[in-house]
Amino acid sequence: MNNTESPGLYIHVPFCGTKCPYCNFYSITSFSLVADWLDSLRKEAIIYKDRFAAFDSIYIGGGTPTLLAEHELAALIDTLFRYFTFSPDTEITIEANPDDITLEKPTLLRKIGVNRISLGVQSFNDKELQSLRRRHSAAQAERALERIRASGFTNIGVDLMYGLPGQTQAGWVQTMKRALDFKPEHLSCYQMTLENGTPFGKMSTDGRIKPLGEEEGRSFFLITSGFLEEQGYIHYEISNFAREQKYKSRHNSKYWQHVPYLGLGPAAHSFLEGVRWWNLDSVESYCRALDQGGVPVAGTETLSQEQHLLESLYLGFRTSHGIDLKLLNNRPRSDTILSELQESGLIQVHGGRAMPTRDGFLVADGLPLLFAG
Amino acid sequence: MPQIRNFSIIAHIDHGKSTLADRLIQHAGLVTERQFRDQILDTMDLERERGITIKSQTVTLPYTGKKGKEYDLNLIDTPGHVDFSYEVSRALASCEGVLLIVDASQGVQAQTVANLYMAMEHDLTIIPVINKIDLPSADVDQVKEQIENELGLDPEPSILCSAKEGIGIENVLEAIVEQIPAPTGNPHDPLTALIFDANYDPFRGTIISCRVFDGTVRPGDIIRFMSNNATYKVEEVGVFRLSREPRKELSAASVGYIISGIKTVSDTRIGDTITLNSNPAAAPLPGFKEAKPMVFSSIYPVSSDDYTSLVEALEKYKLNDSALIYQKDSSAALGQGFRCGFLGLLHLEIFQQRLEREYGQAIIMTAPSVRYQFRLQDGKTITIDNPQYYPDDAGIESSFEPFIKASIFIPERYMGEVMKLCIARRGVNPRFNYPTQGRVEVTFDMPLAEVIFDFYDRMKTITQGYGSFDYDLIEYREGDLVKLDILVNSEKVDALSLIVHRDRARDWGVRVCDRLKEAIPRHQFKIAIQGAIGGKIISRSTIPAFRKDVTAKCYGGDITRKRKLLEKQKKGKKRMKMVGSVMIPQGAFVAVLKSDNE
Repeated sequence: MNNTESPGLYIHVPFCGTKCPYCNFYSITSFSLVADWLDSLRKEAIIYKDRFAAFDSIYIGGGTPTLLAEHELAALIDTLFRYFTFSPDTEITIEANPDDITLEKPTLLRKIGVNRISLGVQSFNDKELQSLRRRHSAAQAERALERIRASGFTNIGVDLMYGLPGQTQAGWVQTMKRALDFKPEHLSCYQMTLENGTPFGKMSTDGRIKPLGEEEGRSFFLITSGFLEEQGYIHYEISNFAREQKYKSRHNSKYWQHVPYLGLGPAAHSFLEGVRWWNLDSVESYCRALDQGGVPVAGTETLSQEQHLLESLYLGFRTSHGIDLKLLNNRPRSDTILSELQESGLIQVHGGRAMPTRDGFLVADGLPLLFAG
Repeated sequence: MPQIRNFSIIAHIDHGKSTLADRLIQHAGLVTERQFRDQILDTMDLERERGITIKSQTVTLPYTGKKGKEYDLNLIDTPGHVDFSYEVSRALASCEGVLLIVDASQGVQAQTVANLYMAMEHDLTIIPVINKIDLPSADVDQVKEQIENELGLDPEPSILCSAKEGIGIENVLEAIVEQIPAPTGNPHDPLTALIFDANYDPFRGTIISCRVFDGTVRPGDIIRFMSNNATYKVEEVGVFRLSREPRKELSAASVGYIISGIKTVSDTRIGDTITLNSNPAAAPLPGFKEAKPMVFSSIYPVSSDDYTSLVEALEKYKLNDSALIYQKDSSAALGQGFRCGFLGLLHLEIFQQRLEREYGQAIIMTAPSVRYQFRLQDGKTITIDNPQYYPDDAGIESSFEPFIKASIFIPERYMGEVMKLCIARRGVNPRFNYPTQGRVEVTFDMPLAEVIFDFYDRMKTITQGYGSFDYDLIEYREGDLVKLDILVNSEKVDALSLIVHRDRARDWGVRVCDRLKEAIPRHQFKIAIQGAIGGKIISRSTIPAFRKDVTAKCYGGDITRKRKLLEKQKKGKKRMKMVGSVMIPQGAFVAVLKSDNE
């Protein structure tokens, strides 16, 4: 696993062309504040410039970062390199929408230093894409992947979703297959979650769309995991697959291993030395706080030992890396529970670690509480 | 000196007893309309929720009659459940009369009749009060007819009122002073005071509620409890307003309190007679009975770290509940705990809920048991109230279980259903008595064990609330008893074991397995629940595993939120007990005993 101890840097680009009805990430659809946001980001970077060691990952997420103009993206990267230090092989990921991948875009991105693209394809079925109110078609997604590959990117991630309204399991396999045509180095396959506060969330409350049932969700999950592993992918996190060890998302792995990270931009979260903080979740108040010489922090928490352990357990059980058995030292009955979970085929134990099996992944949310508390 | 009247209010549940009490208190000027809140007398949350009075409270109401005379009206509140019928009887023994409330729209109901009988046993003056006359469905004429035909009372002097609207309250008060006889008694005779309640005050110790029949008691007197000859020096006497009001003395015929440095309520016994050490009465007042635990259950802290805190909570709780008994106990599944004895199942449930709410204890209670006797091959006889100590089967020559005489009052139309229930619960020797037209008193000999679980609830359900039930222990009878063990994922949970009659063992096994299936949440793995007698499995159920229980995304912004969710679940887990890797909610241990219809 790309588990370095070097911190990761996340940039939240809170702008989108349109809001997708299932997404609960913070973004706005007006671009009038882009300049202010960039300027504020620079101010925020200055605040943290000496607090973190050299980063080895940058993740530009959003929102829709590829909607930024070339000079804006270049200015952003410039800012980061001016105030922070990076190791030479830093993984620089940008989240991209297929409809933003013009002929030139991939080359431009490469020019400013981006070496990994995470493409929000979601589906290769036009009907499904329409129901998700995505701005691209399946053909556009394919064209985008071709262009990215042609420009020389050797690390491409594709985001897909299952559990979409009207989606069949056969249709889902078709979507995965079309993604595999491009041999992506990384795949994220998410079961669609109907989040509170989103249009889909409301439709779910009103009964206009039905979330996937437990049994169907299980079946989709098993099909996904089985199919992709058959195709040689490593199922290394609940929703994430890598073609080789080295293609695991270095940046995202930091979240799952309590490696420090700094998040810049509205609503971004940071973690350093047992302290987590998160920024104001509106562009205006974020900019205002920095304009007034303050920090744009909305909240902060210092993890107790118990909280740290709980997080280590639940984050660990979400990854194939599992948990270090030392975490369970002095936990009452942990040996009994471990052996029962092994017997039930939910975990494997070796090398001093307990790792979830595929069946274990399915119930990973419940595993930590068997040990903690 | 104001004249005294001592009275209680009795009613079927929800007929407005507490509201009327509150109105009387308000009328007496003890609270203003602004302070008036519902059910002043029922102070505990639990009572409000269940709509029943558990601990009774007493209050002295000043009243000036229409003829200008001054009165002290002592309202003695009574608890309202069969578990506490002894307490009710002691409260009634302290009165000369009762207000018998009948709901104007619901008419005479089961408890109306049961309460009436109890009042009659004590030779009390009974004033029928027809309440809720403001309701559109009120039918006063028909209720009067019922009072005449079903209760055998003269309906003419019935008072019409609406406690809720404050209608007719004055008439109620006039009836109390006009119809209920003034108490008699001689303040110069040797002291006899009946203890009808006792409460614990953290600053003053036990507050005894009593009715003085003869004599006078003053601060400084040495009093003696006639049941055990314990003596105490009186610190303070007085009457109850909404709080305590000290007086120079309490003398014959009055109702009030005595504080005498008694540390725990258990040192006082409801129904005991207080006299003066220097000039004792020749004989105690009649009717005293020791509180007799009938139902036993073990309690354990959910987390064994909380044992010490449970010890302290029990000590405090006991201060206020003289009927509770307890001693140390331990279980392989649940660790260190206590075996407790209760008057009945409601007493047990109230204990559990109060211990949790008022004393902050997360506890697990085991299945209630009665006290069994086993005659062993070696000639010894042992008594067991805890299935854990069930003797080796091979060593048992014969087993015995307590039988009660169960008396059930019902309208005749429910007789078939009630008979069926009693027979299903191994009731024998049915007898019938027709006290009034249309009503039957059915009497059965029944094993106490069959009654303690949900008999009362079932009986209430099938009689739509019209049935009333009371019981007396009669004797031990031989029965074919076995121990039913419960296994969760092959691990025996000693705290779920039950001693049952062989004829009922399968029913119980199925029931417990089904209930546990409902009460234990799904886990990450399959859970097998089995009932077994000896090594033989007689029932089983399976809790399927979670099929999928994992959120799709977890990145930087999700981690804190997700941890908080887990922390919340973890708190919930504190109320669970681990058996192997199965988390059993504390409620599961009692859920196995709940009625089918709940």
